[in-house]
Amino acid sequence: MNAIIFTAAMGVLMMFGGVFFKSKSTPKYAAIAGLILTLIVNCLELRSGESLFDINVMNMLHFNSFNLTFLTIIFACTLLFFLLNGRDIEKVGSNVSEYFSLIFFVLCGVSIAATYNSLLTLFLGIEIMSIPLYILTGSDKRNLKSNEASLKYFLMGAFSTGIMLMGIAFIYAGNPTGSFYIDSIALGVGKMPVMIAVGLVFLLISMSFKVSAAPFHFWTPDVYDGAPTVFTSFMATIIKAAGFIAFIRLFDNAFGKAHEQWQTLLAIITAATLIIGNLTAVFQQSVKRMLAYSSIAQAGFMLLAIFSLNQFAKEGLVLYTAAYCLASIGLFAILIKMNDYTIDGFNGLAKQQPLLAITATVFLLSLTGIPLTAGFLGKFYMLIAALQDGHQKWLVVLAVLCAAISAYYYFRIIQAMFFKESTETVTQEWDITSGFKLLLIIVATSIIILGLYPSLITDWLHY
Amino acid sequence: MFGNYITLPHLLIFIPLLTGLVTFFLKKETTARSWSLLSAIITLGVSVLSLVYANNRELSGTTFSYEWLKYIGSSFAVGLDGMGRLLTFLTAIAFPLIFVSTYKSSYKNSNAFYGLMLLSQAGLMGVFMSMDALLFYFFWELALIPVYFLCSRWGGERRIQATFKFFIYTFAGSLLMLLGIIYTYLHTAPTQFAEHSFSMSAFYSVVLNAHQQNWLFWLFFIAFAIKMPIFPFHTWQPDTYEQSPTAVTMVLSGIMVKMGLFAVLRWLLPVFPQAVLKFDNVVIGLSVIGIIYASLIAIKQDDLKRLAAYSSIAHIGLMCAAIFTTKSIGIEGVMIQMFNHGINIIGLWIVIELIERQTGVRKISQLSGVAHKAPVLTIMLVVIAFANIALPLTNAFVGEFMMFNGLFKFNIWYTAFAGISIILAAVYTLNMIKKVFYGDVNTVTTLMKEISWNEKLVLSVIVVAVFIVGVFPQPMLDLTKDTVTAIMIRFK
Repeated sequence: MNAIIFTAAMGVLMMFGGVFFKSKSTPKYAAIAGLILTLIVNCLELRSGESLFDINVMNMLHFNSFNLTFLTIIFACTLLFFLLNGRDIEKVGSNVSEYFSLIFFVLCGVSIAATYNSLLTLFLGIEIMSIPLYILTGSDKRNLKSNEASLKYFLMGAFSTGIMLMGIAFIYAGNPTGSFYIDSIALGVGKMPVMIAVGLVFLLISMSFKVSAAPFHFWTPDVYDGAPTVFTSFMATIIKAAGFIAFIRLFDNAFGKAHEQWQTLLAIITAATLIIGNLTAVFQQSVKRMLAYSSIAQAGFMLLAIFSLNQFAKEGLVLYTAAYCLASIGLFAILIKMNDYTIDGFNGLAKQQPLLAITATVFLLSLTGIPLTAGFLGKFYMLIAALQDGHQKWLVVLAVLCAAISAYYYFRIIQAMFFKESTETVTQEWDITSGFKLLLIIVATSIIILGLYPSLITDWLHY
Repeated sequence: MFGNYITLPHLLIFIPLLTGLVTFFLKKETTARSWSLLSAIITLGVSVLSLVYANNRELSGTTFSYEWLKYIGSSFAVGLDGMGRLLTFLTAIAFPLIFVSTYKSSYKNSNAFYGLMLLSQAGLMGVFMSMDALLFYFFWELALIPVYFLCSRWGGERRIQATFKFFIYTFAGSLLMLLGIIYTYLHTAPTQFAEHSFSMSAFYSVVLNAHQQNWLFWLFFIAFAIKMPIFPFHTWQPDTYEQSPTAVTMVLSGIMVKMGLFAVLRWLLPVFPQAVLKFDNVVIGLSVIGIIYASLIAIKQDDLKRLAAYSSIAHIGLMCAAIFTTKSIGIEGVMIQMFNHGINIIGLWIVIELIERQTGVRKISQLSGVAHKAPVLTIMLVVIAFANIALPLTNAFVGEFMMFNGLFKFNIWYTAFAGISIILAAVYTLNMIKKVFYGDVNTVTTLMKEISWNEKLVLSVIVVAVFIVGVFPQPMLDLTKDTVTAIMIRFK
């Protein structure tokens, strides 16, 4: 509960604060302070199980160690995002305080989407999360691509929301208890009523839209490419992770017992996501677009958790999101500092900025899933989960082959940084502070530490 | 030592790991070089201790293992059995040899070069000592990544392309192996804390039906076959050997290929014995094809490095075939030959490196009369070359004799075909000696000088090793007896 209240309050405060903040960097410090506070109160709730607020939510929201651990990761990653990219958010436009305010509203939506227990709160959470994002995508108002991306995102979002609402209506009408509560939609193992089946497919489609799973991924590259890069970083990581927590909770709690009936459909979506994401990423010349496709590819791996729905899947998803968010936020932070977003733009980075190159290598190794990094253990848990499930072994083999393909495009950047000479005649002016460097080192170190001791995160789930 | 917390296996991993990390911060080239040489010598000392105290179980590890990922049943379990002792010794002795022989080579960013070399040594040590399947996978990759950077950064002209091929091949193979590891893990018995276990003993006692064993066999085997490499998974090898800096080629061919053979002996044979017996003919068939094919190609090579690379494919093919005979004499031969091949091929690379450094040429057709200019080098090379074609009294003879013996017991036809490789090896090796070392001095070799003291020292060590093992191989055979017995129990 703490998370929802604090993020909403911070959103409002930042919105009005915009009127009073004189300096351009004040909103950043206020936002960081507010987020640290939110993170602390959320951790307190995780450890003690007690919220600071005694509000009767009529069982519409559920708080348990899984949700709260997940939110802690989300807040920690957002904090990192603020610290790394705070100055770049300031550069997007003049309404700095409002940007932070919108991000806090998104976080409020994420908190609801992570803790909902009713389909209505799910809808609310998803919408609260999405609407500020449409604005943030179009925040670079002078850039046509940004406007187009915003419109595209909005239309696609509205479309998927429509499908979701329709799905919710079918589920409501079809289930014998006539309930919106996901824990009381009494699906048995037997034959599924048609209404429920249709509702389930609609919900599956709308959630696939949100996490950009194929074939509902087509908006992703354009939107990610068009949005200001700082917000792409936020969308590709934190929002994607939030989509997954909503996804797994819905399918685990509401439809878990009928798992085998929808598993094949999900297997097909997962396979398509893995293949399309990885193969298309290979052909990208822009690192930003490559990361957009790679985020689709990574979503394919995360879908394995929903495919298998066992203990490994849940622990693994938490670990995976942490690993993925850390690595991607770090990589985007470096990308933002570059003049040129093409792969050739990275040529010779190791010579000009060795620290950036080394940390970027750690992030890329983690995204590839090389041992000693958190990314490896994330993938490893997903594979264990899927193999333990025992069905559709071909999917696991496919996932592994796709991971091998992903090495191709991630390692191209490493090659460019270390083994190629810079072609630029004018040397780039780097806007890098020592604080930024320190943060990058911290992120890279935490990826390695998590790679060695994943229990630092997974143990929280056992509180 | 220090209770049970620091045993010799721990030292063998952590000395190169930590010194390697320190090396990255040493800015001066000479400091980085001597520091890494010192580290390699200390590691060698520890390895010698492990041979001296071979019967001391407390120092050999595995009596104590750190709980690492407790809830999924994986622990930091490292230990030394006979085979592990032999291969860690090979790794430990190879690195000082490599460092001393390339002591005069200057590398750009030498701190990073030596740092990565030591990290790969730590990875290799870990592979040879892991008693836990997940840990084994970790080290398997840890050994690979530094080598990828070493080849891509410091290699020849087409280095990026070649190493990329090598990396993608090996990585794809490793991932398939990971899949196999996970599947096997999910069938192991529960432990105190976890539902399943990654420990070696749990893997050895896992119960799998024939169908499961069959496809798990291929998941593991492809990874190992790529690493060795055997036909038809070998295409990355000649390019990578050619393009890598020689120091790295030595690591790749001297030690890293042994990872594949070692892994077959450590994980494939004991865990999937039924599948091994089912597919033995396929694997031996592939190996024999590879032996003849690689030997024939080696004859046509004009580049010294490529010649050594193809000759290596032939030798590894024979070892792979001998393993799959599942005859104890064959496997004993493979164990001893893994060490011998490592030593001999490193010797060969050192000679090639010395010639290339002085003349700038690696083409056989452009070299002639080296013996007139560098007689000591020539004598050393001839001994190593004789070992390469397994002449009696040299180390490789012992190994090859035992391997052919095993193969003979398995099937006489395979032996006959594989035996052709002995003739072919003599053809390309002696031809190379004749063309490069004898004949008249030409414009390329006229400026060549005799090798320096450190190079003489390194080559003498190798030559001495060639003869000692060739004349008196018994201690080495005794060393690996326990491992062979343990493997053979699975086939009784």
